[in-house]
Parts: sequence; C-alpha cells; structure tokens
Amino acid sequence: MLARIKEFLGLGAKPKEVSEEPKEVVSKEEVEKVAEEKTKPRIGYIHLSGCTGDGMSLTENYDILADLLTDMVEIVYGQTLVDLWEMPEMDLALVEGSCCLQDEHSLHELMEVREKAGLVVAFGSCAATGCFTRYSRGGQQAQPNHESFVPIADLIKVDCAIPGCPPSPEIIAKTVVAVINGDMDYLQPMIDLAGYTEACGCDLQLKVVNQALCTGCGTCAMACQTRAVSMTNGRPEVNSARCIKCGICYVQCPRSWWPADRIKKDLGL
Amino acid sequence: MVLGTYKEVVTARSTDKQIQKVSQDGGIVSALFCYALEEKLIDGAVVAGPTDEFWKPAPMVAMSADEIIAAAGTKYTFSPNVLMLKQAVRQYGLEKVGTVAIPCQTMGIRKMQSYPFGVRFLADKIALLTGIFCMENFPFVSLETFISEKMGISMELVEKMDIGKGKFIVETQDDVLTIPLKETHGYEQAGCKVCLDYVAELADVSTGSVGSPDGWSTVFTRTEGGETIFKAAVEAGVIETKPVNEGKFGLEMLTKLATQKKEKAMKEIDKRKGMGLPVPFKASSEKEDPLANV
Repeated sequence: MLARIKEFLGLGAKPKEVSEEPKEVVSKEEVEKVAEEKTKPRIGYIHLSGCTGDGMSLTENYDILADLLTDMVEIVYGQTLVDLWEMPEMDLALVEGSCCLQDEHSLHELMEVREKAGLVVAFGSCAATGCFTRYSRGGQQAQPNHESFVPIADLIKVDCAIPGCPPSPEIIAKTVVAVINGDMDYLQPMIDLAGYTEACGCDLQLKVVNQALCTGCGTCAMACQTRAVSMTNGRPEVNSARCIKCGICYVQCPRSWWPADRIKKDLGL
Repeated sequence: MVLGTYKEVVTARSTDKQIQKVSQDGGIVSALFCYALEEKLIDGAVVAGPTDEFWKPAPMVAMSADEIIAAAGTKYTFSPNVLMLKQAVRQYGLEKVGTVAIPCQTMGIRKMQSYPFGVRFLADKIALLTGIFCMENFPFVSLETFISEKMGISMELVEKMDIGKGKFIVETQDDVLTIPLKETHGYEQAGCKVCLDYVAELADVSTGSVGSPDGWSTVFTRTEGGETIFKAAVEAGVIETKPVNEGKFGLEMLTKLATQKKEKAMKEIDKRKGMGLPVPFKASSEKEDPLANV
C-alpha cells in the first residue's frame, strides 16, 4: 500500500521493470506485498510553530480513535504522544505548524522529517499556508528576532496538505483511511493542495469573483473558521482584519476545484 | 445523462391548500420540509426567507411549518443558503438539517461533505437536501431593472415572479406583466455561464416546474435518503403524484432545456480555457460525456 503511494509520488525505489523471472519469484514478491499491506503505517507527528489544535482535532475522532490507534496505525513519534527523543523512520509524518527561520532547531527538525518520512503531510493551515503566523513580525520577548515564519513547503518537498484551522476531525479520519487503502483518487486534491501556500481570503475575489466563477452560493462564508467572510449582494466580502490566511474559504469553494466523481460515489449516484 | 442519476421521476404537488396558495409550482419543497419537520426527520430547514426589502431573500433557519411556508416561492436572485448551514448546527443546535439549494449550492454542500477540510461536525448533519432546477440566476439589481425600468412598476407591487414560455413574468394583484426572456440576457451573473447542472443532479430530491402542468412540479428522487422521505410523504398523503408526461411538455422538454444549458456552458468552458482562464471543470475534449457535470 505504502509502496504504491511512494511509487505514485516518485519516492523511494523506482518501480521494477517488467520481470521475466520465474513464477516462484513473482509469488514470493506477492507474499512480500501482502505482508507489507498488512503492516500498519508508522505515523509520526511533528510539532513546529503550531498550537496543537490540529493534533487535538485528530483526537476528536472519538468513535474510531481506539480502533485507529490499536489496529490501523502505529504512532511512532510525537511530542505530547510518544516518549521518544530520537526521530525514527516513518511512513507518514504529520507536520503541524509553520517553520520559524530564526529557530535552528525547527529548521533542523523539518529537514530531519523529510529524510526520515516516506510521506510528509502539511497538517493544518499553519504548516500548509502559514496561516496566522503569516502575521508574525518579531519584536517580542524572549526571542525578539523570531520574526519569519513560512509554510513548510517553502523549505522542503511536501507530498500533501490538509489545510484547516484546524482541519476537521472527519477530514483527518478520511485522509488516514485513504492512506491505509492507498486511495489515491481521494488523496489527489490534497496532493494538489501541497502547492497552495500563499492563501488568503482575498483569493475569493482574485481567483473566483475576478475569474467570473462566483455564483454566490455562500460555501466560503460557511467554511470560514473565523467568520471573516460574509455575503453582500451575493458575493463574498472578506473582513481582512479577521482573516487568518488559512485558505479554507477558497479550498471549500465549489468553483476552485471540483471532485465530481468522488461526490457521486459518496452519494451512491 | 443530462438529467443526472435518479431513481424515479414523477409529477407531483402538495395536497395542502395553504401551501398550494403560496407555492411557486407544486409546493414540493415546502411540503417535504413541513412533513420532515413533523415526523422529526429534520429539526429545522435552511430556506430563502423574506427580508425587509421586497424580493431580496436571505437565508434563514426555519423551525416551524409557518416559517417554511413564509419562505415559499421563487426569488430570482441570490440567497447564499449554504452559509446558514453552520449557524443551523452551531447556533440553533440542529442535529438533522434540511436545506433547499440551487445546483451550485448543492455542489458546495456535497463537496464539503466529501472533503470537509475546515468544516467540522456538519457533513453528516445534512438530513435532507432538496434541490431546485436552475437555468441561471440574477443579481438583485438585474431584477430591479426588469421590474422597475422595463416593466415600470414598483417591486413592492409584485406578488409572484416566474420564468416560462420564453418570458419573464410578473404578477401583481390585478395584472400580469411580461418581458421576453431575450431582454434579460446580459443581466445573468457570469458564474452561471459555466454551470453544467440544470436539475440539481446532486440533491437528495430535486424539483422544478419544467415538465409538469401549472400548479404541479417535476420531482426526481435521487439518493436513498431522498427516496425514503419522498415516498413516506406521498404515503402520508401530503404529496400527490401522477406519472410524468412523457410527451412534448414532459421529460422531452426537460431534456431539451438541460441539454441546451449544458451545451452552452460547455462552449463557454472551452472558450475560457482557450483564453487561459481557470475553470474547475474539464474541457469537452477531456471528457467522455461532454454534458457530464465534471
């Protein structure tokens, strides 16, 4: 399963060439494949300049959390979760928070995650878009020089992003299940969103209204997690003083990207 | 499929005289919400309610049959109902929400349910999504232009608005005024021009006037949930049905209009893509079925 994801993302070993090897070798590979499929993905949780809200949101999957932790995944690393100082190898690393460029330790940790994890996920809007750390400008004790915070994709290759401040418990559960099942179709928007790092409420104006796409449906205003978006004469109006640049309004807009096939499948249509 | 996936299509109307009196067509949306509310299948419904300004709706959470009926009738301008869903769940504490939506709104809601990135604990609380057919929508000022300027009457005298038989129709207490639909062209909102959904293909139940006689609606049941509620309402006698007219003014007309809308939108999508503008839908060359809503 993870091999499939790694292969898809161009990580890890190159796909084997079509083999002309004897059958028994193929079946041996199949056995290994099955064995690998049964391995629980090793998940790490890395906490940079975030508020732990994304991690909290994960734990709000009350109904499935016990099953998830006992049967489906193995949490191998993470402050607040695992008593371990050395970062181990991981299949999947959920990185919460943006990265402070003046903090050597954060930079080092982020580089280490990229080395040790098969898949790096920008977990939550701080990691994905910078979110409200975009407003940081230093000048506060005890580290007045800690002023520059960037989304992690500015520094390392990010494989997928789960924006949200925080991401909903449901999207976290859906993503983990999709990873376990190797459901690349479901994950595709998240892979695409890894490139969406410069988010702002004004994207509604620039990328939807200005592009003749807005229909005034109100989804953006519903999605905004800080109530910065209201609707005036059928168009979104962003209160920039409330906008935290999480990107959710644009991500949830039905005119930014449109997963028709998945929706029909989910509805049984 | 230009009419989307559906289980059944019928012609139907509410049997409630009070609803019949105020409804746009067969009163299906009002009847379904009133029934679902009574049977506790929903705790409330997000509808396009009246405001202080005549014919300018605003989304509201209706918690009673009276409030639902007060919102009956089509308003040909924006009511961003989707934004109210969160209030319905958070401020009103609803666990089972009904909502009425035009196609683009159903698209926002369904996308949120499949990918609830920042939207927590709402996706599974949408209990009944009633979709209405929609050819296009107008900014409020466009409506004012049709009525105040072109027809020369005050908005507050208007009792009903309708689009049909190639005309934009306005009823006052003692008059029926029309302008040819041609004269409304250029006043639609631009976002409608790339819309590939006419009959609310992603709703639980979708309904609209085309395909049925006056005072009746065409109804598609689409999802299992939608079918269950609609059938129960019919069984309870709050909705009466008859077979949809297969002839020229039935499904044939509906299919024709849906095809027209989709072909026109597909052309616009291709054109915009050709100019390098972003459109979230596939170009006709990328699709198996150029009229599919993808």
